[in-house]
Amino acid sequence: MVRLDVDIAGLRLKNPIMPASGTFSEDLADVFDLDLLGAHVTKTITRGFRGGNPTPRVCEVGGSMLNSIGIPSKGVGYFLENVVPFYQAYETPLVVSISGNTADEFAQLCAEVSVPGVDAIEVNISCPNIEEDGKAFAIRPSSTFEVMTKLRRATALPLWAKLTPNTGETSEVARAAEEAGADALVVANTILSMAIDIRTRKPKLGNLMGGLSGPSLKPIALRMAYQCARATKIPVIGCGGISTVEDAVEFLIAGASAVQVGTATFINPTAMVTIIDDLSHYLEAEGLSSVREIIGTVEDGEQREGVVFMEAAP
Amino acid sequence: MSHIHQIAPAPKTYELELDVLSNEPVNREYRLLVLRAPPELLEKCRAGQFFHLLCPQMGGQAPYLRRPMSIYGVYPEHGELHFLYKVTGEGTRALAMLRAGHGLNVLGPLGEPFSIEPEWDRLVLAARGVGLATLAPLALEARRLGKQLTAICSARSEDVLMSVDLFRNMGADVITLTDEDGSSSVENLEAVLIALIDGPGIDAFYTCGSNRLLKLLQKLGTRHGIPGQIALEQQMACGLGMCHCCVRPFQKEEGIVNLRVCREGPVFDIQEAMAW
Repeated sequence: MVRLDVDIAGLRLKNPIMPASGTFSEDLADVFDLDLLGAHVTKTITRGFRGGNPTPRVCEVGGSMLNSIGIPSKGVGYFLENVVPFYQAYETPLVVSISGNTADEFAQLCAEVSVPGVDAIEVNISCPNIEEDGKAFAIRPSSTFEVMTKLRRATALPLWAKLTPNTGETSEVARAAEEAGADALVVANTILSMAIDIRTRKPKLGNLMGGLSGPSLKPIALRMAYQCARATKIPVIGCGGISTVEDAVEFLIAGASAVQVGTATFINPTAMVTIIDDLSHYLEAEGLSSVREIIGTVEDGEQREGVVFMEAAP
Repeated sequence: MSHIHQIAPAPKTYELELDVLSNEPVNREYRLLVLRAPPELLEKCRAGQFFHLLCPQMGGQAPYLRRPMSIYGVYPEHGELHFLYKVTGEGTRALAMLRAGHGLNVLGPLGEPFSIEPEWDRLVLAARGVGLATLAPLALEARRLGKQLTAICSARSEDVLMSVDLFRNMGADVITLTDEDGSSSVENLEAVLIALIDGPGIDAFYTCGSNRLLKLLQKLGTRHGIPGQIALEQQMACGLGMCHCCVRPFQKEEGIVNLRVCREGPVFDIQEAMAW
């Protein structure tokens, strides 16, 4: 029997497959037993009520999708009363995804969701920071360090920082999060994108721009996961376009200790269950006894990142 | 109020690969897709619910997300699940390429169905074009419950009137209205409905899809105290309620709220729906 369990900064997961925030909810329990998953990751909540963005909130782009949902949230009170108790019926650890408009509001929410039944907090620092002209916290190392420092003080629970691909400073942002006390990095969120209907000349999303997810995002997220694994000593959780066991294994080889599956669940609601099964078979076929044996085994010839960048530049 | 969830071993919703039995045009515009489905799936299906179809990537078509489609017919005795559709975009173009023997991955049944309250005896459904497909299973349900049903079917011309035979076979009184002979105007439809209200009476309205029908039925419903339900559409991604892509605004007592068409719907109270 192949071992699938992994350790994310002291939190043991029975397998390295979990949902990406925003693509999972209690509703999926209608389809399969949610205790099959390595972790449960909630949709991002904010402290207060948020209605979300105008429709259309989704469109297709060449085998992937754009979304601009806008973090609709019923607020922290509803969450603590209804959502946390739902997940307490399961053995699987609960990871709560949170967001805030300012670092202080973010930290306050972080403290409020640090309750029994919550096993880790994923901080969505890819969301816009209204104190920084709407730029996401995780675009710059300085704003990442500042918000993560406040979040770290607000909770004793494991803190996972979800990074954004909308930055040119991936390694620096990753190190800033680590220095400020992040226990793990989730790499990464969606990348800012756009699509226009040439018939109506209107943007296809009600919010004009939105996040790209699905298979097109995978190479970008994989590159970032690799960079983050090299730049820091904390566990990296890969996220971005993972649809199959091959995709998941690619992230593990790049250095991720676990992966999140998002958009693929919209196409096949049982995608995560399939990937868990296929991961056992893959490891068995490779003659491995534990998934841990494959993490970070990329044969990169120990090249320095700077050299790789220069050669990759167009 | 907190609740502890009981983990049910049997799913409410299935992701299944079903065999295509046939997929033929039924007139100039519409095609009927017939799938072979297991009885345990069909027994869970209710009028107004939908399936989320993983349209095939074939013939140069590459739809990515699933496409929601309301159930047109459920026949547990024959092991058949029917969908009626019009080819309008990439997803339905891909669906139209399916042939007998192909497989189609479906997710369902999904959403809240129509309800027929025990005290409602005289039901009226009114819809236009492909909207009638969504209401067709309601006729089956009405017959099963021994309710009297009048189906008002509106379309561009006589030869694209959908489901008329089906509604007649279910014992419904059918009234056809077409653009061609001018009978489908809102004024005429209102006159038809008022004649029914003044005559045998109407206990509940059912509709789907059309803004002008919604407004008319809201007006008559308020004036005559007749309840009603409407099935609504919206672009969807997951179909299960996870992504919050498919919201629409509804007028509730506490104000305007966004509800998910896939989860709280697709069937809603007609007075809470908002014209678009």
